[in-house]
Formats: sequence, C-alpha cells, structure tokens
Amino acid sequence: MDPRRSARTVSDPKVRQVGFFTPAAPPERSCSDPPRQQDLIQPQSPSSTQVNDHFRSGDSLSPVMIPPPPHHHSDTLHRTALQVTSPKTAFSYSARTVTIPTENDDVPSSLSPSRKVVAVKSPSSYPGVRASSVPASELTTVSVVNLPPGISEKAGGGASVEVQNDRPVRSKSLKEKTSKAERRAMQEAQRAAKAAAKAEGTKASSAATKVVTSANTKPSKAAKPSSQKNDGSQFAASEKKVGDRAPEKDRKKDAPHPRMQYDDTSRVEKAKKRAVVKQTEVRNRVELFRHLPQYEHGTQLPDLETKFFELDPMHPAVYKVGLQYLSGDIRGGNARCIAMFQAFKEAIKDYSTPPEKTLIRDLTARISSYVSFLIECRPLSVSMGNAIKFLKNQIAKLPLALSESEAKATLVSDIDRFINEKIIVAEKVIVKHAVTKIRDGDVLLTYGASSAVEMILLHAHELGKQFRVVVVDSRPKLEGQLLLRRLVRKGLSCTYTHVNAVSCIMQEVTRVFLGASSVLSNGTVYSRVGTACVAMVAHAFRVPVLVCCEAYKFHERVQLDSICFNELGNPDAISKVHGREDINYLDGFVNRENLQLLNLVYDATPSDYVSMIITDYGMIPPTSVPVIVREYRREHLWS
Amino acid sequence: MWWRSASFILDRQQEQNANVPPNPESLLHSSPPSSMADSLQNPKPNVSAYYQTRAAHHAVVTSDWLAQAQAAVSIQTEDDSSGSDGRIAPVTGGKGDDKAFSVIDEFNSWRKQPDLAEAVAAIRALAAVIRASQATTMMELEIELKKASDSLKAWDTTSISLTAGCDLFMRYVTRTSALEYEDFNSARSRLIERAEKFGEISCKARRIIAMLCQDFIFDGCTILVHGFSRVVFEVLKTAAQNKKHFRVFCSEGRPDRTGLRLSNELAKLDVPVKLLIDSAVAYTMDEVDMVFVGADGIVESGGIINMMGTYQIALVSHSMNKPVYVAAESYKFARLYPLDQKDLGPALRTIDFGVPIPSKVEVEKSARDYTPPQYLTLLFTDLGVLTPSVVSDELIQLYL
Repeated sequence: MDPRRSARTVSDPKVRQVGFFTPAAPPERSCSDPPRQQDLIQPQSPSSTQVNDHFRSGDSLSPVMIPPPPHHHSDTLHRTALQVTSPKTAFSYSARTVTIPTENDDVPSSLSPSRKVVAVKSPSSYPGVRASSVPASELTTVSVVNLPPGISEKAGGGASVEVQNDRPVRSKSLKEKTSKAERRAMQEAQRAAKAAAKAEGTKASSAATKVVTSANTKPSKAAKPSSQKNDGSQFAASEKKVGDRAPEKDRKKDAPHPRMQYDDTSRVEKAKKRAVVKQTEVRNRVELFRHLPQYEHGTQLPDLETKFFELDPMHPAVYKVGLQYLSGDIRGGNARCIAMFQAFKEAIKDYSTPPEKTLIRDLTARISSYVSFLIECRPLSVSMGNAIKFLKNQIAKLPLALSESEAKATLVSDIDRFINEKIIVAEKVIVKHAVTKIRDGDVLLTYGASSAVEMILLHAHELGKQFRVVVVDSRPKLEGQLLLRRLVRKGLSCTYTHVNAVSCIMQEVTRVFLGASSVLSNGTVYSRVGTACVAMVAHAFRVPVLVCCEAYKFHERVQLDSICFNELGNPDAISKVHGREDINYLDGFVNRENLQLLNLVYDATPSDYVSMIITDYGMIPPTSVPVIVREYRREHLWS
Repeated sequence: MWWRSASFILDRQQEQNANVPPNPESLLHSSPPSSMADSLQNPKPNVSAYYQTRAAHHAVVTSDWLAQAQAAVSIQTEDDSSGSDGRIAPVTGGKGDDKAFSVIDEFNSWRKQPDLAEAVAAIRALAAVIRASQATTMMELEIELKKASDSLKAWDTTSISLTAGCDLFMRYVTRTSALEYEDFNSARSRLIERAEKFGEISCKARRIIAMLCQDFIFDGCTILVHGFSRVVFEVLKTAAQNKKHFRVFCSEGRPDRTGLRLSNELAKLDVPVKLLIDSAVAYTMDEVDMVFVGADGIVESGGIINMMGTYQIALVSHSMNKPVYVAAESYKFARLYPLDQKDLGPALRTIDFGVPIPSKVEVEKSARDYTPPQYLTLLFTDLGVLTPSVVSDELIQLYL
C-alpha cells in the first residue's frame, strides 16, 4: 500500500495536535486505584478477633444481645457515640439505608427491608426466609451451605492456609513460635509504652499524623518484623523517620497501589491479620485465578453477625452495609455505591475528631478502614472506587479553618450531591439520550438486569413507543427475572430466554442495550459475565450494541482480558442446581483435587463489539472514553 | 434578480410549509402569502430543503427543476409581492418576536450565494439577528439567539451542517469567556465581527485542507471521487496547480449527475478525467489508489454523512484495501450519532428515471447515506489530519 506508506512518513507541521494531549499540566497525583492502601488501614488488631472467637459460643445467638465489654486495645480511638448506639437504632437505620430506588421499586413486600433486618438479626431464620423470597438465586444456594463443615473448616482455617502456602517462609518462624498470649502481652506492653511516651508530650502535630497508624499497626508489625522486610526497605525506612513522615506518607497514600495479588502469600498473610472478616479459602482454587480471592461462601455471615456490637472502629452503618454486600442483599454498581455512601454519611455524622488529631487526616484514615472492611466483604466495584476517591478528595480539600460541625455538614452535602448528580441525574440524562435511539417496531435485547437499561425501557414505553424486549438471562444469578418481572408488570411485551439461545434470538433483534459495571479507558466494557458473549453475537449479526454507563464508572485502567482483574463468585452456585434434586452429578465431587469450579462474576467486552456508549455526557464511541475520563477527573476531582 | 430565480421560489414554498407549525406568530405577517399558498403548493412537498440547497449550489438541472421554474415564471408577479412582503414584515413590525421569521429569510438570502456553505449562511443569519436585536444585556441576546437558532434548525431538520453551524455559533456565544469581561456593546460587535469572519474562515478552511492533502497525492496516482464537493475540488485544483500528475475517476453521481460537473471543471484544469457510472466503481477499484469524498456532516462516531453512494464506495475500497480520505471543514462536525442508515431522518429528493414509474413501485428517495468510521482512513479538516476516532474527542471538547 504505497499511498498509505507515504502518508505515514509525512510529518506536517500544520497538523494540530489533537486527541490525547493535555493542554494544562496534569495534576501530579494519579488516582488509578480504588484505595487499597494498607498502610492507612486502621487494622483490627489480631487480639480482638481472637478474643471474639473465644466469646462466640457456637452459633446460637439470641435476638437481644448484651454487648460484651469493650476491648481496651485502642482507647484513643474509642468513640462514645458508638457505644451509645443501641441495637434498636442500628436496625431502624438499617431499614433506612436501603433506599435504592431501583432495588426497592417493585420488589414484593417479602423482599423489602424488613427481610434484611431479620437476616441481620438471627442467622437461624436466614435460610428459610431466603428460600421463600427469591425463587432461584445465588443467595439461596449460599444459605443452603450447611454450617458444620464450614465451621470445622474455620476451626482448621489456619492450618489449611498453611497447607496452601507451599513455600513456607523461614522468617515467619519467629512469629509462629510466639503463642497468642505472648503476642498479646507484647502488644499491650508496647502500647503502654507508646501511651506513656505520648503523654510525656510528643509534638502534637507529629502525633496527629502518626497516631492513627501507630496505635494499631505498630504492635502487629513489631510482632513480625521479619515479614516486614520483604515489603521493601522503603516502607521500613518511612516507619523509622517520624519527623518527615507526613509528606512521604501523603505521597504513598496517593500513589497508585497495585491491586492486591492473592497469590502473594506474604501479603495475603498480612492482610489476614488486619481482616475483620475471616474468610475461608476454598479448597480447590482455580489455577488461572489464584491471584484473586477465592473464599468459601456463606460461612462468614453468622460469625460476623455475632460481632455486630463488638467492633470498635467500625461504624454500625458501615458494618451493616458490609454484611449486605457479603450476603448479596445489595447488588449492582449503583446500588452498592449509594448504600456505601449512605453508610459513610451516617458515619461522618456520628464522627467526632479525637483530641490531638486533625479531622482531615483522621477521617481519611477512618474512611480507609471502612473501605478495607468493605473490600473484605466483597471486592470494590469500580464505581465505588471512584466514589471513594471523590470522598477522600473532598475531605482533603476541606479548609483547615472549618469547624468540625461545618466540615461534617460540608461532607454530607458533598455526598448527597455526588449521589444526586452522578448517579440519579446521570441516569436520567442517559435515559433521555438512549430513548432517541429506540424507534417503533424495534426489538431490543438486554442481558441481565441493569438499572439504567430498565429505566430506558420503561421510559420509552411511557413515551408510547412500540417495541418488544428480549430479556436474556443466565445462571446462576438469574437477575433477568427481576427485570422481566418489572417490565411485564408495566405492560411491556417481553421475551425471556437464556444466554444459550442468544444466537437464535439475535436474528430478530434490532438493538442491544447493555449495562456496565465499568468502562475502561481502552473502551473495554467490564460487566456481568456473559455480556461479552451477547455483544459478540450481536456484532456478528450486525446489530448495534449500546452500552449504558454513568460517567462516574469510567476508569482509566486498561484491561485486555477478564483474567487479571475479576471477582469470583460462589463455586457452589454453579455446581448445584437449586430445586433440582435429580441433578446431583457433582455430589461428593466438589472437594476433589482434580476438580476446579470457576464462577466468574464479570467479563470484559472488547471495544470492537461496542457501537456506542451512552453516558451522561452524551453518546460517545468507545474510543472517546479517555477524553471523558480526563474531563471528568478535571471537573470533579481537581477543581 | 435573485428572488426571481427558480431556487428562491422553491425555497419560499418550502419555508411556508415548514414555517407555519413552529411559529404561529409568523402567520400574522405572512398571511397574504399563505392565502394563496394553495396555488403555490409544491408538487412534491416531500423534497427536503437540504436537498434543494444542494441542487441549487451544484447547479443541478433536472426536469423536475425546470418544471418548478416554469411554474415560478407564471406566478412571478404574485410571488414578487409576497417576497417583498415577507422581507419587509419584520422591519415594519420591529417587534422582538418577529426575529424568528426574519432569521429564516436572512438565512435563505445568504445561502443563495454559491460559494457559501450552509453553516456559514446560518451563522451570517444569526449575526443579522444580533444586529437587529434590541437586547440590552448579554442574557437577553443569548435567549434571542437561542430562539432564532432553534427556529432555523426546526425549519430544516434534515440539514446537518445547518444544525452544526447554529450549534457552533451558540457555543461560541455562550462559552467565550472574553465576552464576559466586556461591556455589552463591545461584546455584541465582537460577536458580529466573528460571524462576519466566519465566511472567510470557511474559505480559508478549504485552503488549509487543500494544503494538507497535497502530501497524500503523489505523482502518478489515480483518485476516485464521488459527487461534487467544493472541498475536494479545491484539493484537486491545488494539486493540479502544484504540477502533480494524477488521474481522476469521477463517478457519475446519479441522479444529480454532480460527477459530470466535477469532470467538467477538472477538464478545464487539464486534469485527466475518466467518468464512470456509479455501478462501475467496483470494476475500476483495482486501478484506484485512493478515494476522496467530501462530507455533508461528520458525526460523533467519526463516520460521515454524504451524498448517496458514498457508503458503497467506502465498502468496496475497504474490501480492496484502498484508503478512503474525507475532506471536510470542521464546522461540519455534528453532535449526531447514527447507528445505522435508517437512524437519520431521510433527506428526500426526487428521482427522474426517464420513464414513468408505476404507482405501485416504491422509489428510494433518500439523498444521502451514512458511512461508518471503520471504512474511513483519514479525515482532512482544518483542525488537521484526523483519524475518525478523534472527531468525538474534538466534539466533546467543544461541547462539554
């Protein structure tokens, strides 16, 4: 191709630089990752969880609970507010947080918040309620998991983990030799020494910056100094230098933290130390996905419920949301994000700055600890990551002169603004744009249950457009049925099919509308598993694929496959078919060495298969996602 | 005189048809013409104004057109009075709400000029609105302009560059921060100046594009051109003036036969030209080195909307791995995103097959098609040489 070649070599000075250049100097700080800064996380010291293990007597849990005496391992962080909150208020709040319009919209009353309250209260009633509520979802199978093996597994959890670590780290021997009691004694001693030193009058400023981490991470780190080493000398160095700590720490906090790789044993160990949620790893991990957390599902909930009143650093609202993530009560990017922000709002309202600390730093650290708890419950979605970034940025931007109540009010209103502008209004704008692409006589196909797509379909129906909807669904979540129910109730004519039949049904389809968990900057659409399959079939049939996604879910990361970052669901959900006792071919095979069950939650659709992305900035081709990411960040994070 | 030309008469009819629903006020002023609208009834009312402009600019003479002209001559005197009535009405009225009516007139008068693109005519018309406006604050002026541009857009929904031009100018008015610091009068004169300049900009844009394209036209190449585009003609003319040796294949461009006109013009420049019928494009494609087309509009996906037949040429050249170059000014960038051919409102035109068509036979009358971005190689615009995907980036930066 001669003409092309000559074209390439030409360098014309008149060619204006367009596209991905940045006119103004871009801000230094990049916010690539949802905050997983483990150095900031305010860890739950191991002692407390161990104590909890002792306190927990079986799983019998009376509805009325007397909170056990608080632990004194972090007096400085004790908030009176938390202890004041009675179970009653916590639960009434719990009913309030579930104000996600899309979720609540048409859910029958048995699915309404009351159920969730019950679920939180007593684990014993949990499976029964669940079985009656949703006909066939993953939730059901979660609750079906019989408890005894789970418990036994948990009892031997430490051992099994050790088995997993096929390369025993020699340096850990020190830690393993010390018994629990000894370690606790060590920590107590250090803490006491620390408190004494502080009382003598360290400078308030340096203390303020350090207290959050030092109070908690120090002891645990001291307990295992050797494993600290392989974390890199930089970390150790920063630990020593107390004086010039603050700026460096800031930088570290904002540096893009690589996503935690769960095949990195030392890191996993460390994370486990801090974890509130004791996750049990599944027996047979899928080889290709070892870098992702693969946990036993359905075993942690009762344990966590018992701890509801014991956790000091966790605000009850956050805790509740975490449990809801864990059980799958709150699903969907928007719903999860809104629920998280509502919980954070409660937490901020109840927050009071401890003495000798600044609100900005302490609150950021506290939010980080909440976030790390939520991550333990379920990995963050990109939408949540972006939202957290926004919140932290708002906190950091607070003027120092602001009084505490003013600052809190500002933050609460910021959160409200975010929810309103970026989620609710954005969805309306998307609906407005998307409806223009629906003509009379269209056959629209959608996959799974996306709140945006649902609103589009309902709105188009309200406008009197004549169209048909094909809802494509897939096992094991069968979310499409929920969408189908709402559409049929509103009088739309629908066809329901499973993804297996998508190539047959695609012949009559004129548009494919898909939701997305996230859109990455190479145009890859990251969405419910199966979306890529639907998009590819549509592409093969020359049917335009429209992806509806709010701009706050865009992410600057680039991903080429669905392997390097994903979420793994409950393997039991695919090995068992609920309600079909005759399909029991895998009974007794689940724990076989040579069987690996892979239940992926998301997949990545390459941008070639996407005709258009409908966002609150309008309708854009997938190639323009980076522009939106750039504009969006400039507008909302750095302004 | 220009208002006696056939195109003007046609436009007036179209305008009356289109104008009545959106502007009830205009009825008051145009009541004399509307009373005789029955006699003036367009024999083919479903011909889009967009296509009429095209036809006028490209000097297409069809039998249909002649018939129109004939009809126009017979009612010339009446029309003359109605024409002057329409022109004078806003002046005598002098009220703010007449502007919507006058802006369309203004636009029509501008777009008569052969070298003026539709977008430029629209901007000139909006400038006239500013000049005639009695607004005393920027806000008032903005609202007035908004009204005017809305009525312009509503007047011809099929024209993409008209809409794009209006949007662009509105964007300029609302977004230019320099305007905020000045007092109203200087801001106003600056706006007018800007609008006046726009015509020059459009001419300059063509020259820039022509310069950019020179590096892509090499000696001995064969270029396939579809239809008549002022920009493409400018490109070829500049290349010929630069003493490049190249050959041009002109597709006929049925039914307007715009290709004939282009071949005529090129022959005057001593460029070797070969004329093809539209269906011979695939047959000759292996001799072709590159395809040059213009565009009526560049849409957000990076695809183009152009005269009917562009899509199939792009498809053929894509399958034969020949580059497709689009030459278009940046004011043709439009915030549209068609998903397929039928996603656009069709711009209808009349087609003369030479023989009577039975009434049962349907005729596809759309005047343009949409070429998706994956079939285009590069876009030559006054912003530079762009890949199709950059169009959306530019639009986002322009409109967000």
